[in-house]
Amino acid sequence: MEFDVNIFVQQLVNPSYLSGAFLSVAVAVLSLILATAIGFAVALGRTSRSRIAQGVAGIYTWFFRAIPALLVLLIIWNALPQLFPVLRQDWFSPFIAAFIGLGIVEAAFMAEIIRSALLSIDDGQALAGRALGMSPVKVMLKVVLPQAIRTALPPTGNEFIGLVKFSSLASVISLQELLTTAQVGVNITFRYAEYYAAAIVYYLIIVSLLTLLQSYVEKKFVWTSRSKSKKPSILEPVGQGVQS
Amino acid sequence: MTHSGPELMPETWSTNDPVLSVRNLHKSYQDQHVLRGVEFDIRQGQVKAVLGPSGSGKSTMLRLMALLEPADDGEIRLRGRRIGVREKASGAVALPERELAKERRNIGMVFQKFNLFPHLTACRNVMLGLTSVKGIHHKEAEEQAMAMLQRVGLSHRAGHFPSELSGGQQQRVAIARALVMNPDVLLFDEPTSALDPELVGEVLDVMESLANDGMTMIVVTHEVRFARRVADEVTLFDSGVIVEQATPDEFFDNPQHQRTRKFLSHVH
Ligand SMILES: Nc1ncnc2c1ncn2[C@@H]1O[C@H](COP(=O)(O)OP(=O)(O)OP(=O)(O)O)[C@@H](O)[C@H]1O
Ligand SMILES: [Mg+2]
Repeated sequence: MEFDVNIFVQQLVNPSYLSGAFLSVAVAVLSLILATAIGFAVALGRTSRSRIAQGVAGIYTWFFRAIPALLVLLIIWNALPQLFPVLRQDWFSPFIAAFIGLGIVEAAFMAEIIRSALLSIDDGQALAGRALGMSPVKVMLKVVLPQAIRTALPPTGNEFIGLVKFSSLASVISLQELLTTAQVGVNITFRYAEYYAAAIVYYLIIVSLLTLLQSYVEKKFVWTSRSKSKKPSILEPVGQGVQS
Repeated sequence: MTHSGPELMPETWSTNDPVLSVRNLHKSYQDQHVLRGVEFDIRQGQVKAVLGPSGSGKSTMLRLMALLEPADDGEIRLRGRRIGVREKASGAVALPERELAKERRNIGMVFQKFNLFPHLTACRNVMLGLTSVKGIHHKEAEEQAMAMLQRVGLSHRAGHFPSELSGGQQQRVAIARALVMNPDVLLFDEPTSALDPELVGEVLDVMESLANDGMTMIVVTHEVRFARRVADEVTLFDSGVIVEQATPDEFFDNPQHQRTRKFLSHVH
């Protein structure tokens, strides 16, 4: 069997690939938002002086770093609805289960990124804010966070890209994301090379766009009055957060 | 004020009384007794220079005066009113951080390493206290900040970020940032120690002009010439206590204490 360019091109423009790619990105975006919110709370807990907050945050990180994301997805989709009737209703779709599941796992990794970003800010910054009379919340929002975000952006971009790829795990709970779309096509036609190649092209496009977005956002956090232009590169190494 | 108890007597405070007054201040870190009963007064418009060897506790004293850390014992009064604690029948209890924040507005602090906010322009650095602490509107805050930058000679650098300013310029912005809050007293912790020698002068000039304008200032410094020319009183701080306090002439030409003579022999 030879590589059939026609089949490949046909799949590239196949709307089901596009909708699969859209679902993958949407799951990644929502789970990253969820992970950042939970991760921030966990990071605050871990840097808190309260023993209880430290303990809860520590256990969260310990637990979700250990459990495979795949298992978490299966639990959320299969086990939880047995325990909680509310999850048996229509609104609880594979999409929602996927982004919640990936989000709470990813939160353990985001917590570490946020924690080290918070710790990287010189103590003199909060001290200067406090000396001005700023409340603890204001010191966090106006002084520490804007600086910590800059530190956290590059690793967060890596996590984001990792999440796009790990959204493929949601195939086990029958979400029609990108890889599932390819797999379904393969199962019917057995044209492995063409269908997988189309998936590769989509992943490359998505990750390239995300990398450009990342360097655009990072440039917003270069604190000079002259706009420095550093050529964005899409050929940067990509880390992975969620371990399956 | 009608709610003042016997310890809160702002109505009995007169302009001849100390603006900031410290009594029997103690502070330990682990088993190290850093402040050992500091007594300190500064009157309205006075400039006090504090000299002393490294590690003697000068920065610690300023941090406690600025309410950035709690004292173990002793009291701090601003315009006669005790600050940093709530007085209860059982004794003084440290205020929670939110309450402390309110009291800190009245005390300005300038740090050795400037501690400017790197993500904000010079103007925004000066504005932040006005907008986020005093709740002043952006435009009004910007005007006040620009006026203050002008006063430290930096209005032409208002749009620059700290990374684009020299050390001397950064420290002048930091002074403007503290000054714009209109504090009762301004504390300086070795404001020129982190600067290249050629940049020290511009910062000292700004401080001298503040002093001439009647600002109440406590300046921890190693700049002996500045202390002699600008300060009303010079203090030797050593091993957690104030050893000597005198006019600059007395302090430098005729010190009463052996430790002062020894210290001066090292710095001269
Ligand atoms: N947060 C802290 N935790 C533990 N020890 C501290 C702390 N801050 C200060 N110390 C100790 O207290 C002592 C006094 O420190 P401080 O910084 O007040 O001295 P200083 O007179 O300002 O010295 P320098 O001239 O070097 O700035 C030092 O021995 C220092 O190690
Ligand atoms: Mg010091």
